[in-house]
Amino acid sequence: MALTLSSNIQDPDGFYDELLATHEGLSKDESDALNARLILILANHVGDRAILREALQAAKE
Amino acid sequence: MVGATYPLAFTLYPYRTCVALGAPPVRHPVLIIGGGPVGLATALDLGRKGTPVLVLDDHEGVGIGSRAICFAKRTLEISHRLGAGRAMLEKGVVWNVGKVFHGPDKVFEFNLLPEDGHRFPAFINLQQPHFERFLVEEIEKARADGAPIEIRGRNVVAGLDPQDDHVRVTVETPDGQYDALADYVIACDGARSPARDMLGLSFDGRVFEDNFLIADVRMTADFPTERWFWFEPPFKNAGASALLHKQPDDIWRIDFQLGWDIDRDEELKEDNIRARVDAMLGGDVDYELDWTSIYTFQCRRMKTFRHGRVLFAGDSAHQVSPFGARGANSGVQDADNLAWKLDLVVKGQAPDRLLDSYSEERIYGADENILNSTRATDFLTPKSDISKIFRDAVLQLAGKHAFARPMVNSGRLSVPCVYDGLSLNGPDSLAGPERTRTGAACPDAPLGDGYLLDRLTGGFTLLAINTATPDIAQVGGIAVSHLTLTTGDDPTGALTARYLGDTPAALYLIRPDQHIAARWAKATATDVETAMRIATGQGA
Ligand SMILES: Cc1cc2nc3c(=O)[nH]c(=O)nc-3n(C[C@H](O)[C@H](O)[C@H](O)COP(=O)(O)OP(=O)(O)OC[C@H]3O[C@@H](n4cnc5c(N)ncnc54)[C@H](O)[C@@H]3O)c2cc1C
Repeated sequence: MALTLSSNIQDPDGFYDELLATHEGLSKDESDALNARLILILANHVGDRAILREALQAAKE
Repeated sequence: MVGATYPLAFTLYPYRTCVALGAPPVRHPVLIIGGGPVGLATALDLGRKGTPVLVLDDHEGVGIGSRAICFAKRTLEISHRLGAGRAMLEKGVVWNVGKVFHGPDKVFEFNLLPEDGHRFPAFINLQQPHFERFLVEEIEKARADGAPIEIRGRNVVAGLDPQDDHVRVTVETPDGQYDALADYVIACDGARSPARDMLGLSFDGRVFEDNFLIADVRMTADFPTERWFWFEPPFKNAGASALLHKQPDDIWRIDFQLGWDIDRDEELKEDNIRARVDAMLGGDVDYELDWTSIYTFQCRRMKTFRHGRVLFAGDSAHQVSPFGARGANSGVQDADNLAWKLDLVVKGQAPDRLLDSYSEERIYGADENILNSTRATDFLTPKSDISKIFRDAVLQLAGKHAFARPMVNSGRLSVPCVYDGLSLNGPDSLAGPERTRTGAACPDAPLGDGYLLDRLTGGFTLLAINTATPDIAQVGGIAVSHLTLTTGDDPTGALTARYLGDTPAALYLIRPDQHIAARWAKATATDVETAMRIATGQGA
């Protein structure tokens, strides 16, 4: 399996909205902390080390 | 005054005017610099095999205060092979449970869940001075039985002059100086190794910018025998992390992570230490300060552990932060690895290049230890804002979700490395369990009313399970002893699970340090002979 980089989320606008709404009212520090938790939760869900490595690379490019 | 820069917990080898003073230099097969845990274990192992060994230490015993407190199963197994394991286990505190807190909240709890069917537990806590004392007591016993081991206290090595076929060692004593000649020198002279400096060798790695205050306190408290570790402790002035862990004799190790910019002298004042300890224990607990100290930690190693006739072992060769208890534990594995090789080389039964494999194998181990300690230290002491953010996120999530708990790293406790793919390995021709693959240290298993490792006593052993051993008693003068077992000798099933798995029968060639040199489903005497040659540095 490879990292999915084509569109894979139904209703992308709705998801984007929800992401921002989750951060609403938070301070910069709180938002940073939330983002970190979110990354860890999603990374664990993916699990596959090769895919995670690809994702880290894609994010860095 | 020569030597004696620290006060002693035990005087173990009092100074005596040395016969070597004023006499022509005497030649020794093996000279060990340093009577710490690593020098002592190496001397005991060599001496028990009959190779004469002279140990020089700049003190008359072991210093006050325990640096190491956690000793791992593998260290106890090695010590048991050397005769000292039982005393350590009797004196030590066995522990299995660890609790991790973040501020006032318990994030999670782990249990080392020691697997059944081993003589020794996963860990004991024991003060380093006792560990060293037990080794010296065993050396005394071995000497009484004729083992050629001599320890000279307050004999300071002041010069090393390597020659083609020996090393000239200059030694200072309170009564003057003498020279000794050695075929081989083992530098077990600690992290600051004067021997390393004398040879102009480097010791590179990372320093962690943090100070740790250690307070060993004596108290009769009913805290459980568990390892308690706090990230961002809730008690006043406790620093970035804290640890509470029990030792024998009602001593508790307390550890505070103070940060980088501190005033050492100020922090070491008794009142200031007491204020911290009071805040942690609650004001109404009575205790004495047994020993206090402040440490900074580093992770580094020498580029190679062998420099001609000088071999480096223990902290002189590699240094790790203590999270994971990998310092003394890995140093004792160095001793275990080096002693049999040097013994064969000194006796002329193996070529000198067998000693290169000591450096190869123990660098492999050191790198694994450094990797683990560095990761733990990075978790404890986040190096940037973002690493702190992720660290805290892991701790927050760990309280709620199982997935984050394995990411919490307050030290990954020492286990022996597997020498995967290294030069002394013979074939792995058995579809057996992964854990007993070629290169691994033999796991213990109950056998009759004893244990398997009791039967692997320091030579090469051919272990056959449910099959016969090929007819081979020695290879080039090196004895191969035979141990033939069947599943009938396996009262608990552990031997089968650990050494056979799903295969019906197996043959293992086991090295003197209880690492597996080769294994087969079936092998001929020629197969064993070839593996023996590879394992003793005589391979192609
Ligand atoms: C706070 C702390 C906690 C630790 N906790 C643990 C733990 O829980 N578990 C663990 O496994 N490890 C732990 N360690 C590490 C452990 O203490 C060391 O790895 C261990 O002592 C190394 O043993 P060694 O024999 O190589 O060196 P050392 O113990 O340092 O011994 C070196 C010896 O050489 C002598 N010497 C030096 N120079 C000369 C000279 N010129 N001539 C003659 N003699 C000389 C010294 O006096 C000394 O006796 C800890 C360390 C610290 C600082």
